[in-house]
Amino acid sequence: MKETEFIIPVGPQHPALKEPEKFLIKVDGEYVVDADVRMGYNHRGIEKAMESRTYLQGLYLVERICGICSCAHTTCYTQCIEEAMGLEIPERAKYIRVITAELERIHSHLLWLGIAAHEVGFDTLFFYIWRDREVVMDLLELISGNRVHYAMPTIGGVRRDIPPEKVNEIKKGCNVLEKRTKYYKELILNEKTIHNRGDGVGVLTPKEAVALCTVGPVARASGINTDVRADDPYLVYDEIPFNVITYDGCDVTSRILVRVDEVLESINIVRYCLDHMPDGPIRKVVSPLMRVPEAEVVSLVEAPRGELIHYTRSNGGMKPYRHKVRAPTLGNILAVCEMLKGGYIADVPIVIAGIDPCLCCADRIAFVDVNTDKRWVWTDEQLRRYGVKWYQQNS
Amino acid sequence: MIHFSTGGCNGCDIELVAALTPRFDIERFGALLKGSPRHADVLLVTGAVTRQVRDRLIRIYEQMPEPKFVVAIGSCAISGGVFQGCYNVTGVDNALPVDAYIPGCPPKPEAIIDGIVKLLKKLGY
Repeated sequence: MKETEFIIPVGPQHPALKEPEKFLIKVDGEYVVDADVRMGYNHRGIEKAMESRTYLQGLYLVERICGICSCAHTTCYTQCIEEAMGLEIPERAKYIRVITAELERIHSHLLWLGIAAHEVGFDTLFFYIWRDREVVMDLLELISGNRVHYAMPTIGGVRRDIPPEKVNEIKKGCNVLEKRTKYYKELILNEKTIHNRGDGVGVLTPKEAVALCTVGPVARASGINTDVRADDPYLVYDEIPFNVITYDGCDVTSRILVRVDEVLESINIVRYCLDHMPDGPIRKVVSPLMRVPEAEVVSLVEAPRGELIHYTRSNGGMKPYRHKVRAPTLGNILAVCEMLKGGYIADVPIVIAGIDPCLCCADRIAFVDVNTDKRWVWTDEQLRRYGVKWYQQNS
Repeated sequence: MIHFSTGGCNGCDIELVAALTPRFDIERFGALLKGSPRHADVLLVTGAVTRQVRDRLIRIYEQMPEPKFVVAIGSCAISGGVFQGCYNVTGVDNALPVDAYIPGCPPKPEAIIDGIVKLLKKLGY
């Protein structure tokens, strides 16, 4: 380590991320020289626990891997088990799964937009977006009965139907969301606060994005056209017309715009599904004590944060022999270290938040000064304040 | 208040943030989320408390000035919830004295506000 460098730890407790993770950031003055990430604060041993639960019990456990993308996890898990069992689910169930998944994407992206606004010190936007996000939370509660863990997909179909009177409610909600999201897009394109803090910040070139295996909106903001829904369609995504949003900016502003546009796409997908949903049963009943024949299955789903992979191996029993989950954040977290290099300390919060990390844990960042070898720990909040203040003084 | 997620699923965390935002607005009851434990009187714990995070949780609690209170939010924090029996999960009760429990998986923002208001009442506010 050079004499002028300094390490700053950030995390594990960090009010903006809501989850524990720790970053060690090596700085030289105001510049970030290197970054290192430490995870595992949130490790609960879910994969091991899966082995001691039946397939149906496992459904409720995978749902609680993450509260923000719980539907993505259950969709991926049920697809996995259904393929192993050779079970074909009813068409209507597929549409209902898509509707829930897309509403979840809207809620997740709006949530993130609010957090991003908060990270750059634009709290007014944060509160506005979170107010409008309640519209989609109401819709999810309407169809599933719960705001966060929807428990809609189950092995063999879905648990609840969407009756015609709810279809109208959802459409009304979608109109409100579309109007507000268009307004936010307009605002983000023209608002100086966002551009001052987002343009050219946390740059990830397309080459690096591919090399570091980034997924989801982070890759798409670097111009990489990748989306499981289009590349390897599951459920009924091959019948639904939608665009894969990409931006070439490679910076934080692009990551914001990708997500705003994806909200608009998701609204259209929900509308299409509501109009084209066939009648019929919603579920094939399976025994809670069912056995899954010997099989090895990998299933992919586009979660709000990117490609989600579930792998299951069955040895013919009532419980999986092995279940493995690869969440999208794991694909993106290494890219953060690359994005941070060469930037300012003040940009650290928004760059980390830029990948929409979902570690389901609470983290800190440590700073190390390369000059004095002084170490200090900041909470997210302190760091965010520092970032906002630094930009006020230096722009 | 200070919030620390100890290895839950994020569900309680987002509902807690929702409780701060305009529709629910917990500030009406005189509660404000702070970034540093040194500025907080109430520690809001969500999640099942993993082994990794346990020591950090206790450290955060120790940094808070007296008098201080702990609120456990969600099924995981109360009993381990679905993670009960996982090798890496220890539970809030084994680490800190808890003053109020808010059940639910996750509790709705209304429930979180209700729990915090009940704690305030218990303290005589």
